[in-house]
Amino acid sequence: MAEIAAEAFEVRSPKSIPRGFNAPATWSRVWPKLAAISLFLLGWQAVVWSGWKPDYVLPGPMPVISQLAADLKDPDFYAGVAITMRRALIGYFIAVVVGTSMGILIARVAILRKAAGAAILGLQSMPSITWFPLAILVFQLSESAILFVVVLGAAPAIAGGLLSGVDHVQPLLVRVGRVMGANGLGLYRHIILPAALPSFVGGLKQGWAFAWRSLMAGELIVIVNHQSSLGVRLEFARQFSDAQQLLALMIVIFVIGVAIDSAFGAADAAIRRRWGLSGA
Amino acid sequence: MSTTLEAPGQAAISVDHLEVAFRHRDRFLIALHDVDLEVKSGEFVCIVGASGSGKSTLLNILAGLERPSAGSTNVRGRVALIFQEAALLPWLTAAGNVEIALDLRGVSRAGRKATALELLRLVHLEGFENRLPHELSGGMKQRVAIARALAQDADILLMDEPFAALDAITRDLLHEELENLWRRNQLTILFVTHNAREAVRLGDRVLVFTSRPGKVAQEVAITLPRPRSLDSPELAAIAGRITGRLKREMTVGG
Repeated sequence: MAEIAAEAFEVRSPKSIPRGFNAPATWSRVWPKLAAISLFLLGWQAVVWSGWKPDYVLPGPMPVISQLAADLKDPDFYAGVAITMRRALIGYFIAVVVGTSMGILIARVAILRKAAGAAILGLQSMPSITWFPLAILVFQLSESAILFVVVLGAAPAIAGGLLSGVDHVQPLLVRVGRVMGANGLGLYRHIILPAALPSFVGGLKQGWAFAWRSLMAGELIVIVNHQSSLGVRLEFARQFSDAQQLLALMIVIFVIGVAIDSAFGAADAAIRRRWGLSGA
Repeated sequence: MSTTLEAPGQAAISVDHLEVAFRHRDRFLIALHDVDLEVKSGEFVCIVGASGSGKSTLLNILAGLERPSAGSTNVRGRVALIFQEAALLPWLTAAGNVEIALDLRGVSRAGRKATALELLRLVHLEGFENRLPHELSGGMKQRVAIARALAQDADILLMDEPFAALDAITRDLLHEELENLWRRNQLTILFVTHNAREAVRLGDRVLVFTSRPGKVAQEVAITLPRPRSLDSPELAAIAGRITGRLKREMTVGG
């Protein structure tokens, strides 16, 4: 009888509907993006056709795309991307470690929070480029100067995401944890940190955006010998007035940023689905 | 398990001259005044009262989440608190929510899985182990919460209006299941509700709380044979008298 009761109260979850590959749905996701890209290219071409600037300053989409295609066949180009991505990953990794520990410390230690919480989180509003003069003084024109600024740019956002997650944990869940005998670190590990996860992922995402911006600013300013990263290539393209190359590189930088951002978006959506927070 | 191998009839919960006051702006509000009560080991006691009678505060104090202003409480056994909202951790499956209680109790990883499945079977959730909380109905969530309380190795359940948000049929079913579980596992239950019928349906005794300040106004021993039906005239008559008492109290007070 109990068996029947359990069955009767079963809810039909969205998950029980097969969620496989669905051609019309995929198309409905893709076409607005394709339309937007086409519209953008069309507008760009229209500006070029209007003759506003000579085409050695502002080339049209076709020459830029063919330059991009040529770049994609060039091993040197990949070496440049690799340098940039290595810096991005190292810097971001350090920022995650620093930001997470900062977030936990500020959340846990009341006095630290009163003393420095607002200031540390306020660092977020500091444009990261303003750190470069100091970074160059301290680290000279080196890899470390770039990493320093990347970490300073990203870590406060990551700490902030974690902190706001911790602050907004449902009090009821904390009480449940305490009734189950969790306290101190156990309460953090089992209840508070998992509960703060959605907000933490938001902070990680924002931290990535700051890291990527700081890195690009750094690569334009701090040119380390024999390291032809994306930023350096961009700077050289400007110096040689190679507008096609310059725009092709900007497209690459944009695409990398968007790709990683959408990976964070997917992680966020997966969490929301698991928690039952998504609308569908 | 070891904490209460006492003879039945011994007090599992005793509350002595309990006073609770909260500071509210520049005044003190008295939530509970001179509360005395005793729950014997293996007894099912219900507390009925209007909102604001400090019922939840009492449970929080017994669970060690809040401190009394004066008086003493004594709880012999392991306590688990069950809330109106099941308060499951949304990132864990039904089994995971039970296992975390076992984990925090220090049960080894190997033992956790099997015990969790056994407890979920006990609350009739076999086959739903891998569901996430948002994929369960309200009644199923409360069943998971009960399984989690049992996973804490609790022999005393403090229940704070646990079925108030459920539909009548589910509530009826859960009354029956809770009663069976109480008998089978020899639990001691202190069950708070604002529904007099529910209290009479479940309790060996019903304590009627009045509000402002909260105190025990009346104690009713329920001698109707179990299992009781919510619709039986005898039960309705007793519940009616309790409700009448509460209403009188509220109109006089208000």
